[in-house]
Amino acid sequence: MEVGMLPISASKRGKLLAAGYTSLHSISRASASQLATDIEVSQDEACEILKYASQTSALDPSIGNSNTSNLYGGQTAWTMLNEEKFSTRITTSCVDLDNILGGGITCKEVTELGGVPGIGKTQIGIQLAVNVQIPLEYGGLGGKAIYIDTEGSFMVERVLQIAEACIEDMSEYSNHFHNNVQDCEVKMHPNSILENIFCFRVCSYTEQIALVNYLDKFIEEHKDVKMIIIDSVTFHFRQDFEDMALRTRLLNEMALKLMKLARKFCLAVVLLNQVTTKYIEGSYQLTLALGDSWSHSCTNRIILFWNGDERHAYIDKSPSLKSASAAYSVTTRGIRNSNSSCKRIKIV
Amino acid sequence: MANKLIKQMGLPNSIANIFTARNIITAKDALSLTEFELMEQLDVGMAEVKSAMAHISEVVCPPCQTALLLMEQRVRDERSAGHLPTRLRGLDEALCGGIPFGVVTELVGPAGIGKTQFCLKLSLLASLPENCGGLDGRVIYIDVESKFSSTRLIQIGIENFPEIFLKKGMAQEMAGRIVILRPTSLSEFTESLHHVQVSLLQKQVKLLIIDSMAALVLGEHDCGASRQQALGWHVSFIKSLAEFSRIPIVVTNQVRSQIGDEPLTFSFQVRSHSIKKEDRAAYDSHLVAALGINWAHAVTIRLVLEARSGQRFIKLAKSPISPPLAFPFNITSSGLVLLDDDGIEMKGSEINTIHCQGQKALFNSEW
Repeated sequence: MEVGMLPISASKRGKLLAAGYTSLHSISRASASQLATDIEVSQDEACEILKYASQTSALDPSIGNSNTSNLYGGQTAWTMLNEEKFSTRITTSCVDLDNILGGGITCKEVTELGGVPGIGKTQIGIQLAVNVQIPLEYGGLGGKAIYIDTEGSFMVERVLQIAEACIEDMSEYSNHFHNNVQDCEVKMHPNSILENIFCFRVCSYTEQIALVNYLDKFIEEHKDVKMIIIDSVTFHFRQDFEDMALRTRLLNEMALKLMKLARKFCLAVVLLNQVTTKYIEGSYQLTLALGDSWSHSCTNRIILFWNGDERHAYIDKSPSLKSASAAYSVTTRGIRNSNSSCKRIKIV
Repeated sequence: MANKLIKQMGLPNSIANIFTARNIITAKDALSLTEFELMEQLDVGMAEVKSAMAHISEVVCPPCQTALLLMEQRVRDERSAGHLPTRLRGLDEALCGGIPFGVVTELVGPAGIGKTQFCLKLSLLASLPENCGGLDGRVIYIDVESKFSSTRLIQIGIENFPEIFLKKGMAQEMAGRIVILRPTSLSEFTESLHHVQVSLLQKQVKLLIIDSMAALVLGEHDCGASRQQALGWHVSFIKSLAEFSRIPIVVTNQVRSQIGDEPLTFSFQVRSHSIKKEDRAAYDSHLVAALGINWAHAVTIRLVLEARSGQRFIKLAKSPISPPLAFPFNITSSGLVLLDDDGIEMKGSEINTIHCQGQKALFNSEW
């Protein structure tokens, strides 16, 4: 029922229906004072209901609204195309991986990365937290990162190692392209990279949900945050959760909120996931944790796995990227290209 | 944090009363419902629900710290920037100083390989005074399989630190700092953990060793899934203990044979049909760590101890801070000793495999 779409309390909805307002059209035709007397609410509350009714009817095309060009919250595909073309992506420091990702991790999208223990999920997370800070002159976003650690695997010594290697790479790059000695002095210090990573240590699923709710306010105060990494999104939802249906609902709501944050503040959200075994087609296979419902929640899904002796990343699901896999390696300097002789990207 | 009462959060009285009236008392109750469900249950509009939840979330949310602040704190406040040196040079270098504080380190390997020996040495190291490289604190050793040997502990102490242990009364003091608990069932273990939490609050305990985790659960349940579920709460609890008290926690784990010949793969992976004949060697068992993949994700550092062709190796199978190195070692009268401090770099998933070749060699130790 249309009245059911209004974001008002159940008792008010009941009153509207009892007073004979069964469609949004009938509500929007009434005046505020008329509504107030009919359903016995205050004038302010009646105005609010009218506002919601007009907003909701603008979204529904079956309600004959002549004003279609400025649909509430809509954007034309052409404007979106222009935005997508010029948006900077965040590099993973591995050329092959960047290539299959179309340049790197995209902003305004939620990317999920999952894999077996020890494959390098935290390593990629830390590398992205450092790479988002690469200044604009070097092709980066010059932004800050939020690292939400649910497992305690965020080790500062490793972040320092990767930050130092990133700065060395940047100065090498500028040495290559700039002849003027003064220009190639990189003005970043590893400590300043560490300073721009905001860490939160989450110890239960309630804290995780509370934090995702709070991020809206936090990012309003720190507008230069361009990357949110949750390592891992699974851990607290796997330990003794009796009500699976509740888990699915909570996870879905969390995913929607993260998607909203990504779009509102134009940042990238990276979720790291674990694996579990599932009995498919007569044998046990690996699959990402949190269930089938969750697999729909993220925009892009990348699975990290062992292929012989190499680490590979496979694009499992993406609306715009082709299904492909690429090799990468984890070195003391962070995520880098794999050293194998076979450099061709395998298109699956 | 999650159990904070809603009425103590500073919400306007009108909305706080509605929460109580609908039996939503703690923050956990409120956060376990989606916003739509809350709207239905509390009978208020979406805008009010959103602002109330924003307020509750801000109160429950953990504090923010920059990575720089974390690093400076560790360097300033903690011993070796938050590490317990193991006195095995190669291993300490790979681990950026030693067994890290605040995380769970797992030792996994076949029986008789030296896990308990390593634990004994670590408990000794933690009890030593700071000028000898120790943590100068108490150690809680949860000994499930009754493998703790005080004689052996003193022997290791005398061999490694003769200047301390041969002094009058010092051996007694050092050994006196190590408390051994022997729970016989999972419920007793849970109780012991609560006692440990209390001691940790008094800030005297500097190391917790659980030897072994697998033995606790393997006796209780038959099949894999319920076994892992039983441990679920303990895993989070142990990790949060480590985190809050900033102590190292070392846990040992057993191995079991793997069902089936091939390792588990994803559905999009092409299964390789060539199974090498050497893998089916008569005395080479195909082993994996017990307790499942959930546990493997939960531990932060995994040290695999194995035997290959009669030589024992300690491998850094999972570590966010170290390269995949394997160090050959032996067990001597002074405990675990590395034969090579540089280590061999392992490529690929070999770092995760556990071998138990050459059974006879395992019992040929020198002491």
